[in-house]
Amino acid sequence: MNLHEFQAKQLLAQYGVAVPSGEVCHTADQAKAVADKLFTAGEKAVVVKSQIHAGGRGKGTFKSGFQGGVKLCKSADEVFEKARAMLGNVLVTKQTGPEGRLVSKLLVAAAPPIKKEFYLAVLLDRATSRPIVMASTEGGVDIEEVAAKMPEKILKESIDPAVGFMPYQGRKIAAALGLNGDLAGQCAKLVAGVYKTFWECDASLLEINPLCIIELNGKEAMSAVDAKMSVDDNALYRHKDIQEMRDLGEEAPLEIEASKFNLNYIKLDGNIACLVNGAGLAMATMDIIQHYGGKPANFLDVGGGASKEQVTAAFKIILSDPNVKGILVNIFGGIMDCNVIAAGIVEAVRETGLKLPLVVRLEGNNVQAGKQTLGASGLKLITGDSMADAAERVVKAVAR
Amino acid sequence: MAILVTPETKVLVQGITGSFGARHAQLSLGYGTHVVAGVTPGKGGQLFENKVPIFDTVAEAVKATGATASAVFVPPPFAGDAILEGIDAGLDLVVAITEGIPVADMVKVKRAMQGKRTRLIGPNCPGIVTPGDGKDSQGGCRIGIAPGYIHKRGNIGVVSRSGTLTYEAVWQLTQRDIGQSTCVGIGGDPVNGTSHLDVIKMFNDDPDTHGIIMIGEIGGTAEEEAAEWIKASCRKPVAAFIAGATAPPGRRMGHAGAIVSGGKGTAAAKIEALTAAGVAIAATPSVMAETLLKRM
Repeated sequence: MNLHEFQAKQLLAQYGVAVPSGEVCHTADQAKAVADKLFTAGEKAVVVKSQIHAGGRGKGTFKSGFQGGVKLCKSADEVFEKARAMLGNVLVTKQTGPEGRLVSKLLVAAAPPIKKEFYLAVLLDRATSRPIVMASTEGGVDIEEVAAKMPEKILKESIDPAVGFMPYQGRKIAAALGLNGDLAGQCAKLVAGVYKTFWECDASLLEINPLCIIELNGKEAMSAVDAKMSVDDNALYRHKDIQEMRDLGEEAPLEIEASKFNLNYIKLDGNIACLVNGAGLAMATMDIIQHYGGKPANFLDVGGGASKEQVTAAFKIILSDPNVKGILVNIFGGIMDCNVIAAGIVEAVRETGLKLPLVVRLEGNNVQAGKQTLGASGLKLITGDSMADAAERVVKAVAR
Repeated sequence: MAILVTPETKVLVQGITGSFGARHAQLSLGYGTHVVAGVTPGKGGQLFENKVPIFDTVAEAVKATGATASAVFVPPPFAGDAILEGIDAGLDLVVAITEGIPVADMVKVKRAMQGKRTRLIGPNCPGIVTPGDGKDSQGGCRIGIAPGYIHKRGNIGVVSRSGTLTYEAVWQLTQRDIGQSTCVGIGGDPVNGTSHLDVIKMFNDDPDTHGIIMIGEIGGTAEEEAAEWIKASCRKPVAAFIAGATAPPGRRMGHAGAIVSGGKGTAAAKIEALTAAGVAIAATPSVMAETLLKRM
């Protein structure tokens, strides 16, 4: 599950990580009030940041024509103007795709002068099965580019889960970032806090880009100026507070609907829908559709023990996508009875009044009875003998 | 021979009284697998299906029955603990079927396993099957949730991150009257006990395995690591299929570990590495068996 920047910063602050003070706002009036408070407290500048689950906000463009999803302001009135231009409008960035994302909340925060920018992240290193802290002097830029062009600029510190993050590792990272004196101590403490946030919140990624040296009350200080965080879905059961941070407005409506039926659905931009049991087979079904010249409209795994209700719900969900021109059902019923699946398909087709071409490939347990059920239903469906045969047939049927 | 388990292996089931564990323990018994014990804390002393004794702890079950392998069907919040209990009891093999274990729990489990003799397969996997000689391959060792009847005893090793794709590959082989030595589902999670490479090394050393089908998917670099070793050291023909060429980057495709992140873990990179290692690539999941047989 992805979090918003303001949510990640709330969690970081709880673990003692220095973040610029600020508040989330839903209206321009609220934004102005927060800005007033910050300016009264002595801030010289305030930043207004669109809160969406996508990067590249600063360089993004609103569909209204307004430039930039992140704006630096010198007065509360300016904050009000920018907030009004952003709220309720759709922001398009290089990560949102052309459809963009609706901005319905803003983070209004102090924007102290930045002296230097670094990169900091904690993530799982799959090769070692351990968390890893990554730090770089190249902050505020695309880290993938740094990794490709100057891999020597990235320090990777592996964390032993039996002992956790040790103070020496914080000092090592501060030194690698070229820091000394009080700033080095602040940096080591901040990195330890970021790691603690990552570990105790069951994060799968926590990225601070940029981590900054800022000017605070005439002195230099370390601050987590931006934050990106995602949390392990499997661990959400033990974090009620983080569960409540889920923002359904950031998720595709069909994917939310699917999750209600325990279906794993991801919408894609093709026109051949697929309904499959098992995640690996579902991916492979998308691949084989493309192999035969079609384009998959979705990923859909109905799971190992799909019920009739789930199959019907799955049909309704894939048919809600207006791009869909044909459907491929690919089931390998290892232990589940193919005849039960076949009955589910027949009922779903009747209930949804399906008019689109439907190709069904059934294999496995009690498959002959399943095929008979499909054949005797009188429905106009095409059966495929093998996965390849079924994929070819659905691609042809859609091309017609 | 086969790898990891033989038809003689004595198996215990952790979570045997849950509906999922019970169902598959029954199917394993029906397949002819020596399911000798069940473990459910608080239910020690009872019998499963009127014949399999249930114990409160794995250690007691091992002591009383001589079980050397375990199937873990324990719900996600308690699965990490169950795996470690099996390791503590000195089992040779723990097969974790459970899907949805928090990644941090598995990070801790893997750390705690260092230096221990137990091998962990999974989690989030269909388990392992060494087919038997009987009708529909009965009399073999089935640990997990794979359908037994699709197998046939023979000489092809199958290793996969996906359950249903394993069944596809096995079925394609069996329909061509080609049997399998052992089929291993290593699971779809980002942190797992046994990698493609671990299993391929075992197949390479197993005189009864003559060819290998390896099924990978997007996410991580385990397939690339296997490719490097195959290139240098594998003496047996290998065919591979990699799922997820059409998956959008940054999205988790059902399996927790199936995600292309930061441009890493793409199907294209894996196929390139495997091709460079001399592995025959199945262009579609429909031709996994055919691709290996052509290479042999």
